[in-house]
Amino acid sequence: MRHGRSTFLTVWLVAGFVFLYGPILLMMAYSFNASRLATVWGGFSTKWYGELFANKMVIDAALLSLQIAAVSATVATALGTMAGIALARFGRFRGRLLFSGMVTAPLVMPEVITGLSLLLLFVAMEGAFGWPAGRGMMTITIAHITFSMAYVAVVIQSRLAQVDVSLEEAAMDLGSRPSQVLVDITLPLLAPAMVSGWLLAFTLSLDDLVISTFTSGPGATTLPMLIFSKVRLGLTPDINALATIIIVAVTTVVVIGTVVSNRVQHRRLAEGSRSGG
Amino acid sequence: MTAAPAPQPGFPDYADKPWLDPKARPFVEVERVVKKFGDFIAVNEVSLKIYRQELFCLLGGSGCGKTTLLRMLAGFENPTSGRILIDGQDMTATPPYERPVNMMFQSYALFPHMSVAQNVGYGLKHEKMSKGERTDRVHEMLALVKLESFARRKPHQLSGGQRQRVALARSLAKNPKLLLLDEPLGALDKKLREQTQFELMNIQAKVGVTFVVVTHDQEEAMALSTRIAVMDRGSVMQVGTPTDVYEFPNCRFTADFVGSINLFEGIVTTIAGSVVTVKADGVEGELEVDHPTPVTVGTPVAVAVRPEKITISRETPTDPDHNCAEGQVLDLGYFGDRSLFRVRLASGRIVLVSHQNVRRARDEERKVDWDDKVWLSWSPRAALVLTE
Repeated sequence: MRHGRSTFLTVWLVAGFVFLYGPILLMMAYSFNASRLATVWGGFSTKWYGELFANKMVIDAALLSLQIAAVSATVATALGTMAGIALARFGRFRGRLLFSGMVTAPLVMPEVITGLSLLLLFVAMEGAFGWPAGRGMMTITIAHITFSMAYVAVVIQSRLAQVDVSLEEAAMDLGSRPSQVLVDITLPLLAPAMVSGWLLAFTLSLDDLVISTFTSGPGATTLPMLIFSKVRLGLTPDINALATIIIVAVTTVVVIGTVVSNRVQHRRLAEGSRSGG
Repeated sequence: MTAAPAPQPGFPDYADKPWLDPKARPFVEVERVVKKFGDFIAVNEVSLKIYRQELFCLLGGSGCGKTTLLRMLAGFENPTSGRILIDGQDMTATPPYERPVNMMFQSYALFPHMSVAQNVGYGLKHEKMSKGERTDRVHEMLALVKLESFARRKPHQLSGGQRQRVALARSLAKNPKLLLLDEPLGALDKKLREQTQFELMNIQAKVGVTFVVVTHDQEEAMALSTRIAVMDRGSVMQVGTPTDVYEFPNCRFTADFVGSINLFEGIVTTIAGSVVTVKADGVEGELEVDHPTPVTVGTPVAVAVRPEKITISRETPTDPDHNCAEGQVLDLGYFGDRSLFRVRLASGRIVLVSHQNVRRARDEERKVDWDDKVWLSWSPRAALVLTE
């Protein structure tokens, strides 16, 4: 390989990035457009941001989405961690294959089907014993837990597969009962994976449109549902402003997450090279 | 030689060899233990008696069942059948957290999220101890392994040798009745291993805990242990002191696994007192072995001779009692302290000979060189007869 970077490669690299991020950057630029028309540049302005924050519907939808995302990510992390530990540490128990298949099925299930089946379940449950009464925030949250739990379980399982079993055995050997080992050793070692699992579940929930649409009821409109319905009525620049805020928020979270996990990785690498030497 | 040195304080005096005394009470008893994983028999009817303050080695190649046996002593695996008694108590079904046994893991298994002191003190939080006592105990243990100044470090900030010592301190902190060590020196480089070996023996003598060590390294086993159990395919082949196992192996496997050895397969032709004469394949004439063994004329046996017990020379040997063989040097390995020769006999059979380089010599002064015609000779008392 030559050391100098070839112009050809640089051009292609730039072209690739423009293809990926051009539309997003353009949209972010247009959120500062003074003109009402999305296609005409009318000078710089932040008025759409003001309009956005004055719009109670948008703020309500955003708060609802954040609430659902926080609750469902937390519950999904708890359940997913348990499922991941069972898959990684309990050996070949009876029905393991079935369990592992069913835990991960939501990853490949078409969202439309997941959404529809959950809707039917909620309706049937309401008819049978009156809970959950009607559809709304509760049903959306439950639905989000069911699919995001699968992602958490996979993250936890793969992290735990890298943790030396003898760490847990050593704790047991030193007198800790299995429950104590879980608290002292397993969970602290899983903490980074649980954080990334939670973030993943949170993002998935915040982003979900299809399943939310199926399982929501009157009065419960999440942000993606609101955006989708607004866009159908025609593009308004305040949506650009909203999208820009979301992108900036997501980017910040992702950057923080990457930096943190890089640090952990770095430490682990240093550890590995030392134990090797 | 002057008078024998007085035994060092703290060192168990194994002159009395408790394993030879039928009345001595064993500290650990493994009784006909079998462990199966599905159809695979990992440990097959193993019975062992280990005495207090012994440093007992389980020696064998990979997959011989030594680690499984150790894990059964720790309580991580339950025997399919058989019993394990520790200090007179049946521990067969006791979970690891209730056994007076601690283990040092091959990977050391140091908790990466805890400091050295927290690692060492981890087991103590289950003991009825005040905080002060616990801190004292941690310091005492770190002093034992000479790591006092590293108490606040995390495991990833330590070298391999230091981690090994933290693992040892942690496993000794609870003052176990029995300490199990899985390949304790396996992850260290050669120089450090030799040094740590003696340190381990000193620590064992100081704390007086019974050690059971698993290793695949026969030199390590020989140097460390009071007794060795040689294992192969789930069974114990021989139990004995390092000398017993090296000088008087009871079977071909032990003879070949511990050190290197020349095995001449043959048939017993005559027996005169303790001297057995064997007609061996690939060797001209007959071999005399002075080793009392219950054999009869016509029994198929193996004559075993360690490479260092064979003399190699270009001159015809003069001692009429010695076994002789003529051959040609095929290969010469120079290790500094000794040289290893591979000598081909007329029949094509290869014999290993180790020669201690007592005298300093330049390459051109070497007495025996490549392709030289040489005579090999050894005393009948240096060889063994193996039947199994």
